[in-house]
Amino acid sequence: MNSYAPILVLGGLAAGFAIFSVVSGMLTGPKRYNRAKLEAYECGIEPTPQPVGGGRFPVKYYLTAMLFIIFDIEIVFLYPWAVRFDSLGWFGLVEMVFFILTVFVAYGYVWRRGGLEWD
Amino acid sequence: MSALALIGPLTADATTPTNYENLSFFGRDPWWLILIKVVAVFAFLVVTVLMAILFERKIVGYMQQRIGPNRTGPWGLLQSLADGVKLMLKEDIIPTAADKLVFIIAPLIATIPAFLAIAVVPFGPANNQVSIFHHRTPLQLTDLPVAILYVLAATSIGIYGIVLAGWASGSTYPLLGALRSTAQMISYEIAMSLSFVAVFIYAGTMSTSGIVNSQHSWWNCLPLLPSFLIYVVSMVGETNRAPFDLPEAEGELVGGFHTEYSSIKFALFFLAEYINMVTVSSLAVLMFLGGWHAPFGLVSVWHGANSGWWPVLWYVIKLVLFMLFFFWLRATLPRLRYDQFMKLGWKVLIPASLVWLLAVAVVRTLKNEGDLNRSHLIYILGPVVAVLVVLWIVSELRYRQTSAVEKAEEAATAAKPFDPMDGGFPVPPLPGQTLPAFTPRRPRAALVGALVESAEASELEAGDPDV
Repeated sequence: MNSYAPILVLGGLAAGFAIFSVVSGMLTGPKRYNRAKLEAYECGIEPTPQPVGGGRFPVKYYLTAMLFIIFDIEIVFLYPWAVRFDSLGWFGLVEMVFFILTVFVAYGYVWRRGGLEWD
Repeated sequence: MSALALIGPLTADATTPTNYENLSFFGRDPWWLILIKVVAVFAFLVVTVLMAILFERKIVGYMQQRIGPNRTGPWGLLQSLADGVKLMLKEDIIPTAADKLVFIIAPLIATIPAFLAIAVVPFGPANNQVSIFHHRTPLQLTDLPVAILYVLAATSIGIYGIVLAGWASGSTYPLLGALRSTAQMISYEIAMSLSFVAVFIYAGTMSTSGIVNSQHSWWNCLPLLPSFLIYVVSMVGETNRAPFDLPEAEGELVGGFHTEYSSIKFALFFLAEYINMVTVSSLAVLMFLGGWHAPFGLVSVWHGANSGWWPVLWYVIKLVLFMLFFFWLRATLPRLRYDQFMKLGWKVLIPASLVWLLAVAVVRTLKNEGDLNRSHLIYILGPVVAVLVVLWIVSELRYRQTSAVEKAEEAATAAKPFDPMDGGFPVPPLPGQTLPAFTPRRPRAALVGALVESAEASELEAGDPDV
């Protein structure tokens, strides 16, 4: 556990630096009220009203997120396999080839159905 | 190319695989030494970022026949520091529509994890320790059995900062920029993480010191060239840098997720972006370019090249070269369109890295498990290359077919006479198109006469109901 102590110290230093910057930035800067200045910036035109609750986004972003999860889980399986690769031998290789091919089937399906198209 | 790169290390490095992971040197420092090393790496990061910003502006300036900043300090060396101080003294604007708490926390979430990755970067060999105040210690803050996983985890948290910043701004452009940024970073993170797997296979460990140790004879960028190339492309996408700086496409999204940020909060986002650049460059150096190892051939001439403080120099040189590569890209390449960018990530980089990973695994197993020599390698690589060639020919033929179809369509549209009112409103002719012959309007009197005539005619045809 001793190897993790320096990370905690570094994280503490970084947090101290960032929080100090934000707080002192709030204190040092001038404060001049101006209603137009505090509006959302849209190149000078009246800001578009924001939909309540965030509104709706293109479904592509959700699709990207779901695909990311699939591949990220694949990577989670690949990492320990790669580290112990030499001791697993043929068994490990064949198992992992089957696993990657299974994911490839899903990947090919998504590709064919146009899930990877961005309009 | 890949075949050549494979044959080299297979024949040269025929020894049995060794265990490179040795973490017994870490976690032994007393508290004061930990403090010194933490402050040292922190200062290294901050100074590197300040210098990197200046060098970027200078180098891009020289590439565009300008001088770049040269007013603050000799050769403009204090420019970034002056910018920081100036930003600190600017008004800290929080828009009315913003979610105040999240708006303030977001830059912190982006910045703090960015600093963490440097903790496991090896500046020197673990077993060749240097003396700091008569205390021997490795030139590395710490190392973990899961060091690379830790780096990926720490840098991924930064994405939350970007999403929250865009969401909390309560404005349209930051929200769109944040969405783009997130989709971009998670897409390229897959390709990036996949390119590491081949390195783990070669090193047999995820600890950074072990990975660098495993490259004592060959740097990984040679035997694992495709992995290296995939990593280089995806790391540029991962850090939102040109030519993949779509979240900051100012023509479309103003400033992207940090449009509403001003003062030191904006500076923190900027700092986080540059620290992430240093982090991915460090990863590239330690995963593929031999980390602190002296350049090729130097050790045979000078045996002390990898001992004492010298490894720091080699590491910093490689890091700086990689940062220069980032700046060079920015000065050279125009920005991609978003669909092109996503297509590159999902349809090229991910399948390419998976196929390459399978190739590495098969060759490595053959080498470990049996007697693999060059003739076997040709038997294995032959079919693979044949399949790839066939695939390439097929795709080329299909591309030609589609392009032939497109050409036929183009010809068909070109053959049609130009109609300025085709899209509903008048447009001027493009080069190659000619306006249709001008038909002069009939004189107004004649027009009115004709209208009256036609109206009377229709009345007669309909018949008068009163009669």
